[in-house]
Amino acid sequence: MDAYNQESYCGAVRPAERESPKKEEDDAARSIETYDGELQDKKRRRRVLAGRILVGIFLFAGWELFTRIGWMDPYYWSSPSEILKTAWVQLTEGTLLRDIVYTSGSTVIGFVTGTLTGALLGLSFWWSKTYAGISEPFLIILNALPKLALGPVLVILFGIGFFSKAVLAFLMTVVTSAISAYGGVKSVDPALETLMVSLGAKRRQVFTKVVVPWSMPWIISSLRINIALALAGSIVGEFISSEQGVGRMIIYAGTILDINLVWVGVFVLSILSMLMYWGVILLEKWLSKRLAIISS
Amino acid sequence: MSESCKIEVIGVSKIFRRDGKNVAALAETNLAVREGRFASIIGPSGCGKSTLFNIIAGLMPPTTGDVTVDGQSIVCRAGTVGYMLQKDLLLPWRTILDNIILGLEIRGEPRAKAVERALPLMEKYGLKGFDSHYPNELSGGMRQRAALLRTLLYDRDIMLLDEPFGALDAQTRLSMQNWLLEIWKDFGKTVLFVTHDIDEAVYLSDDVYVFSARPGRVRAKIAVPIERPRKPEDLTTERFMELKHHLLELLSEERDPAEEIS
Repeated sequence: MDAYNQESYCGAVRPAERESPKKEEDDAARSIETYDGELQDKKRRRRVLAGRILVGIFLFAGWELFTRIGWMDPYYWSSPSEILKTAWVQLTEGTLLRDIVYTSGSTVIGFVTGTLTGALLGLSFWWSKTYAGISEPFLIILNALPKLALGPVLVILFGIGFFSKAVLAFLMTVVTSAISAYGGVKSVDPALETLMVSLGAKRRQVFTKVVVPWSMPWIISSLRINIALALAGSIVGEFISSEQGVGRMIIYAGTILDINLVWVGVFVLSILSMLMYWGVILLEKWLSKRLAIISS
Repeated sequence: MSESCKIEVIGVSKIFRRDGKNVAALAETNLAVREGRFASIIGPSGCGKSTLFNIIAGLMPPTTGDVTVDGQSIVCRAGTVGYMLQKDLLLPWRTILDNIILGLEIRGEPRAKAVERALPLMEKYGLKGFDSHYPNELSGGMRQRAALLRTLLYDRDIMLLDEPFGALDAQTRLSMQNWLLEIWKDFGKTVLFVTHDIDEAVYLSDDVYVFSARPGRVRAKIAVPIERPRKPEDLTTERFMELKHHLLELLSEERDPAEEIS
């Protein structure tokens, strides 16, 4: 979402920059121009928002219209009204709510445990260069390994229940998190360690008071990627074999050719993904604020 | 002599191994500073001043020799002297107050007690009202003050200051020098001060040690007979100029024969 915001912002600013050289001669005009620029920015932002809403409405209205008059085959494309209807039925009479809880549950559990374990693993590399040196190539191999391909093995190992999905989500996040934290550890200013030692600090104190807070931004930066990875892990786990979950619902709907229900699943997952992303942004903000408290 | 000496560096040398070759950073060095004295070390870059400080601070072992405080060896015992490094090294995620009490915190003193000691110092030495600011909100001079108070609050009789004002502009530097003299007078610490600046060395010190280029060793020890308290006007007196001239000569003699293309 942020990337989109930035894009439209940059796109909107560029024409103004092109105009500015014309007015450069007159200082007064320029100061008025910057004032106007601010005003225009506000107006532009409002226009962008209105434009977005309009485009959204057009897309859905067009979709609805074209499937009704037969330009798009409603068998494949369904239609917004059908999808809404199906979603309502699934919510009130079906298992959609339970599926959402199931999928988000395994995602969040995998995300939290994976990120924490990974962060601790990455941070632990500070304690010994030998240990870090031995581990590094394995970390890189694990990172390159397509974890999703392990799905079938995990289902065999951990069963078709909740646990195997959480494990897959965990595996998806643990390595990125470890690599990020290790990146932070490697970048610690050695002069800060010297300072701590000169103040009589033990290694444990150097670790908790310098290495951990120093690496926090690196760990936090892995959160956004990790939440998406964890969700992908959970869904693929459900695709492979599951009794519940939104992923299972989509696979099931596909096999019985219930296209409406497939679309419901896709939209539910999109909304879930967005909500979790926002949740992570809130978590990031909270963690950044806590940084000082954590470290002291 | 050794009886009254607070800190003594006895025959300390340091040889590093680099690419399989031995590189002498510090030739046999002897220093002795009496309690409550302010001693400076000047010398060309690469004269092993920082190496010597790291050895005194217990951060690295000397190849030969010994360092004693009150007659006790402190080789490889980090934390027996207060050490202020070139950069201020304030932790950016901590407030100025929390940075200043870092040494006490490491020692395990309760926060409330540490704060109780830190606040009056901050008030007296120009950091009043900055306790809840973060380091990036302060100017270079203010940050350096905080770093020095952190060293001071660490409660060691000896303070090693490694070019603490090197990165400051001339104006700030002079006010920081007076500020440092005030603290030194109030606390009676024994100070070892490294600098590149001859004016600074003379203005602050009782004794100035002139180091020679690599491998570093003490080339001369010059006493500064200017009475205290010193004022900025002292910087332009004839006696000051004479001393400065003498030191410049010592330093340039040192450079000439070994003039390297660098």
